[in-house]
Amino acid sequence: MSKLGLIIRREYLAKVRNKSFVIMTFLSPILMVGMVVLIAFLTKLNDRDKTIIAVLNESDYFSNEFITTASTSYINFKNITVEAAIDSTVSLGYYGLLHIPNKSTLEDITSNTFLYTKESPNSTIITKLEKVFQFRLEQKRLQLLGVSKEDFEEISSSFSLHTSTFAGELNVKGFNEIRAIIGGGFGYLIMMFIIIYGGFVMRSVIEEKTSRIIEVIISSIKPFQLMMGKIIGTSLAGITQFVIWIFSASLLLTIIILVFDIDPASFNSANQMADAGMPSVANISVMNEKMMALGAEIYKIPWVMLISFFLVYFLLGYLIYSSIYAAIGAAVDNETDTQQFVFPVILPLMLAIYVGFFSVFNNPHGPIAVAFSLFPLTSPIVMLMRLSSGLGEGGVPIWQLVLSIVLLIVTFIIIVWFAAKIYRVGILMYGKKPTYKELYKWLKY
Amino acid sequence: MNHILVAKEVSKSYGEHTALNKVSLEIPENSIYGLLGPNGAGKTTLIRIINQITHPDTGKVFFNGEPLSQKHVSLIGYLPEERGLYKSMKVGEQALYLAQLKGMSKIEAKTKLKYWFDRFEIGDWWNKKVQELSKGMAQKIQFIVTVLHEPKLLIFDEPFSGFDPINANIIKDEILELKRKGTSIIFSTHRMESVEELCEYIALIHKSEKILDGKLSDIKNAYKKNIFEVGMQSPEGLGLIKKLKSTFNIADEKFDEAYDQLNFNIQLTNTNTQEVLTQLASIAPINHFLEKVPSANDIFIRTIASKNSNE
Repeated sequence: MSKLGLIIRREYLAKVRNKSFVIMTFLSPILMVGMVVLIAFLTKLNDRDKTIIAVLNESDYFSNEFITTASTSYINFKNITVEAAIDSTVSLGYYGLLHIPNKSTLEDITSNTFLYTKESPNSTIITKLEKVFQFRLEQKRLQLLGVSKEDFEEISSSFSLHTSTFAGELNVKGFNEIRAIIGGGFGYLIMMFIIIYGGFVMRSVIEEKTSRIIEVIISSIKPFQLMMGKIIGTSLAGITQFVIWIFSASLLLTIIILVFDIDPASFNSANQMADAGMPSVANISVMNEKMMALGAEIYKIPWVMLISFFLVYFLLGYLIYSSIYAAIGAAVDNETDTQQFVFPVILPLMLAIYVGFFSVFNNPHGPIAVAFSLFPLTSPIVMLMRLSSGLGEGGVPIWQLVLSIVLLIVTFIIIVWFAAKIYRVGILMYGKKPTYKELYKWLKY
Repeated sequence: MNHILVAKEVSKSYGEHTALNKVSLEIPENSIYGLLGPNGAGKTTLIRIINQITHPDTGKVFFNGEPLSQKHVSLIGYLPEERGLYKSMKVGEQALYLAQLKGMSKIEAKTKLKYWFDRFEIGDWWNKKVQELSKGMAQKIQFIVTVLHEPKLLIFDEPFSGFDPINANIIKDEILELKRKGTSIIFSTHRMESVEELCEYIALIHKSEKILDGKLSDIKNAYKKNIFEVGMQSPEGLGLIKKLKSTFNIADEKFDEAYDQLNFNIQLTNTNTQEVLTQLASIAPINHFLEKVPSANDIFIRTIASKNSNE
């Protein structure tokens, strides 16, 4: 085995045999799945706890507007006074009482309608009720203007703007957001990986310094080989961990869904949206159609392109950052001294994530998004977010992609060269906490 | 004479600090070569250059006549002063790893490790983690790992630090055994008594420069001043001194009451040892008559002191 191979093997084994690493690897999926199950359970619990509203309707309007749904049900009171109704609402333990008085006009009725509750009522219920009255009022006024109920339903058909690129490729509304979230997911993954495993590389370098084995090792191999072996070995351990996470989490989730018979659709927001919306069946089918269109669009996302560039950006980004982490580890004697150096490293990563979510989300090809996707310390994250909207026409221009990768490679070479220099000098320096000025001097040794 | 290692005008500086200034050394094959000097003189820098951990700014180093290159790494064994092991790794696994880094095959390394573990009677340590070992135990492992690949040149930087006297002696014997088998050894230390015991050659490095080098016996001869230490029976105490002083150049006289013995140093002018001894013996019985040879420590201190006063 080559010497680099030996180092990679040792670093990998040292990492995966580490107790806390093993515990993290196997505990995390359980925690993650447990969390999902807990959320599903709590959601179900919440649903079971139905809101019951008593309705005292003294008017002739609103005979069948209050339709019982999954989360809210309505009980009609008849021929009792408001006070009696309130008393019975309290004694029956209902959520509240909606009182619609008998007046001559709809306007009078609505302006005198009250909702009585124990505490201040929750906003979803108010919105829901308001919508009913609003809808009824609109209908009434349209009727006065000579528009029939059927005509109104005709008119009220919802409208959504169709968008298309200049090339004629159709877009679905909301699709850009989904793409951005997928791109953002990849970007976030890169950031997490860099911060976690960069930290591992750094601690591993510090360990070699504090245990004083470093000089023994670099009398056999070049410091650069050791640094690279460490970075590669640690990242392989990280990839192992990720693969285990993905497999075991999906396995556990499948088992739990099968065993506890949880409807995956209960995580779907479409249910709640329909519930809160207008009491119209048509809306739900429109929503479903949209969902299907989105599903088809997600399918159309250039996954192969996206994953290949994810690998390219991941590799280069990780190598750049972890060699900086290795240099930091070499420069200090213990972990507490790393703070002042680590913060400036994490800063561009955080910036990339925030700029990505705020700027790329709204406008994937705006000037800020372009600038950050070219700047090498943020491009691995921001460019991936942009790339999810495609490459070439309607997506990221090819020249920008090429430029960004070229800049990244150039930066990679420069940073690794600098980091290797600092590493080479730093691993043999003991006892003092270096300043930035000293680090600069080391470059010239 | 063949030289295992030759350094020619090697210089190295770190920023404005000069660590080595045109240091030249010739290390004879199959010898023990003492590299001496106060802290911060540049010994470690020189050793790191020989190990190719750092590279000289100017000057050249030759190994066995060839310019020093990466292929010589497996021919050198180095036990640094700042040494340690991976704490959470098992002893055997770690020794195998370090041996393989020196270019040994796994099978070869295993066989030789077994030999050394048996020799030091530490076979049952193989599966222990390093953090369970004492400092002295860990030092033994480090020693084994350093010599395992049977290098032609061994470099020990303060090899006895961290050992108790018994184990230090075991290590000393192993070093002599390695020398007997033909290994050349560079030995960097402050402990002068081990220099006397082990080294045939020495070089003294001071303030980044080599100020003295050569065969230890030659250096000692050059440094001795023809002074003899005499122990003479003298029941009347120091009274004898006056008489002696009129004839000889005498200093440092002391009377040892327990043995009725007068001790003094006598400076001889020329090589008339026999004559002086006869004269002295005629005055009183002589208990001992011994040439004062400077110790390595004396030479070390004297050379550095004279160097400092010259500046």
